[in-house]
Amino acid sequence: MENLLNIFVSSIFIDNMIFAYFLGMCSYLAISKTVKTSVGLGLVVMFVLVITVPINYLIDNYLLKKGALTWISQDLADINLSFLSFIMFIAVIASITQLVEMIVEKYTPTLYNALGIFLPLIAVHCAIMGGSLFMQEREYANITEATVFAFGSGIGWLIAIVGIAAIREKVRYSNIPAPLRGLGIAFIMTGLMAIGFMSFMGIKL
Amino acid sequence: MFSNRYIFIYATILVVVIAALLSTTAKILQPLQERNTRIAKIQDILASAGIESTRGNAEQLFDKHIVDQRLINRHGKVVSDGRHAFDIDLRDERRRLQDIEVGRSNVEPVFPLFVSENNGQRLYIVPVLGRGLWGPLWGYVALKDDFNTIAGVVFDHQGETPGLGAEISEYWFQDRFIGKKIFDNDGKFVSVTVVKGGVANSYIPTEHGVDALSGSTITSEGLSNMIKQSLANYVQYFENYRQEILRAEAAKIEAIRLAEEQRVQDSIALEQAQQRERYRRWQQQQQQLQEQQDIEVQKTIE
Amino acid sequence: MEDKKQPLFSPTNLKLLTKPLGKNNPITVQVLGICSALAVTVKLEPAFVMAVSVTIVVALSNLFISLLRTTIPPRIRMIVQLMIVAFLVIIVDQILQAFVYDISKKLSIFVGLIITNCIVMGRLEAFAMANKPWQSFLDGLGNGAGYGVILLIVAFFRELIGSGTLWGYQVVPQEFYDAGYVNNGMFILPPMALIIVGVIIWIQRARNKELVEKN
Repeated sequence: MENLLNIFVSSIFIDNMIFAYFLGMCSYLAISKTVKTSVGLGLVVMFVLVITVPINYLIDNYLLKKGALTWISQDLADINLSFLSFIMFIAVIASITQLVEMIVEKYTPTLYNALGIFLPLIAVHCAIMGGSLFMQEREYANITEATVFAFGSGIGWLIAIVGIAAIREKVRYSNIPAPLRGLGIAFIMTGLMAIGFMSFMGIKL
Repeated sequence: MFSNRYIFIYATILVVVIAALLSTTAKILQPLQERNTRIAKIQDILASAGIESTRGNAEQLFDKHIVDQRLINRHGKVVSDGRHAFDIDLRDERRRLQDIEVGRSNVEPVFPLFVSENNGQRLYIVPVLGRGLWGPLWGYVALKDDFNTIAGVVFDHQGETPGLGAEISEYWFQDRFIGKKIFDNDGKFVSVTVVKGGVANSYIPTEHGVDALSGSTITSEGLSNMIKQSLANYVQYFENYRQEILRAEAAKIEAIRLAEEQRVQDSIALEQAQQRERYRRWQQQQQQLQEQQDIEVQKTIE
Repeated sequence: MEDKKQPLFSPTNLKLLTKPLGKNNPITVQVLGICSALAVTVKLEPAFVMAVSVTIVVALSNLFISLLRTTIPPRIRMIVQLMIVAFLVIIVDQILQAFVYDISKKLSIFVGLIITNCIVMGRLEAFAMANKPWQSFLDGLGNGAGYGVILLIVAFFRELIGSGTLWGYQVVPQEFYDAGYVNNGMFILPPMALIIVGVIIWIQRARNKELVEKN
């Protein structure tokens, strides 16, 4: 339990997808002009992360890793398919987003209207792919850990994008040097936010 | 514009072509990749024994300095079943150990041990494996031939936080382990602990503790656990070996004692012999004297 | 479509190659591909390898998609593009693991993240789907290079100020350290990468007024 809490808090604050790894910067900068759309995108990212990471965890552990196929037969212990992991992960992510889009469209049209436009963006979202790749690299002991990590990362991403959107809404009224307006100041503000988040580094649980 | 049939065929062909090309590349490059991981492992092992190597000469140095590879079982006995210690994947053996503990299987795990020799000094290198905050930690611990003092360590990690936990792979941190001891004075296995807040402020004796890196609680704990758990599998072997050394030591002392005893006995015997000799001479003298006196007495009588 | 006689390096084609280096830079102007870029810029060497890998992937995927563009059914367009990109990235990753093992370890997951690098998908959608193979290839090369340039600039400053080295070689002389100079550890940490990019954008837009945003 302590371990799970640790993973959860660390993935939100210390190893934040945006501030520590720059994952999902493209949509982070493109969408963060208003708080409302940011919340929408953030929620979708979190949602898709929580679905895809556990699925990819199962694929990685029961199909791709060296010795992962032993549940079929002991003879397959030497087969190592990990070179296929990138393509498998992206295929899962692309199909899940497609599926989510279809389900959301069918059953909750209001939610679809709010989130729908972001869903096609998600398939090539670095934070989603990054979530699966980190899950693979960090070798989580079980699927619960992987899911908690995905959930924490999603919340971290949501906090980051809502935070920057709120700041950008206010910054619009400031007198920024012309060449810095828009993208330039967004970068620098993200940098400053990241410095702020670094204060969580010494966090002890 | 495109029929479903077309889409389906298109997708199938694409997937087949890509899969075929990928497996071919993977197959062609596999030997090179395996050689890379092999050399990285060799370099880690050598580094723990304090031997610097480059990618070019690592294999050569390994053959020169690693004089023996052993496999140890849970009972501290050396196993020889034709496998090389180098080829053992510690992760598999750990799983076997767990399986045995919960009674799921009865395949005995084995643990690799490397013996290095450099400048006439023998070191025993134990691979260690554990978990940090973000993923696996691994490394090698080299022990001196008392199986107690650490001669050098190498740690590596996958994805610990840069600037914090990641520092465990730096030399200046690893050097803190040199000279630490894994057994206490009574011969009990205590391992080496990475102490948060400094060894000086804890109840852990200096020779069993290492100052932790700041801001890396979980990594430090992981490191302590890794060393303890990994070395624990070898304790029985070390103990057997130490006992052997102790027995040899005792035998040596006994031999010296016996020799001393012998010497004392010999000298006593010599003394006694000399005394007997002296007594005999004295008796002879007395006899001669007596005889002379007798002769003199005879003369005076005559 | 019919101007096949155009020389390979005609002015319009050359422009495809050079524009992304400046006025149409993928990172500072198009806001693409920042995701995986900045995490590998602590040192020059991995940044260079990353730049080369991305360039190869963008150029080749542009080429392949452009070759296939009339045959791809629109309904599975996205998946086909992703498959081809993922295929190229896996090959690049395998080659890195085989030939520059140490660097591939340092790049860790960021090689895999080239798949979702917005530059790749962005250029496929915006250019390769509508243009001929050779132009697409040049466009890919140009955008990869434009991305690489920013990466190298950021890495140059981060390595120089953060570690006092360039490409692993010590360039800040020992006398500086003796005189009390200290490496700025802040530059090794993520936030400074963002701030450096911000400053690069500032400089570029100060020199080129037409790029200035309105609000």
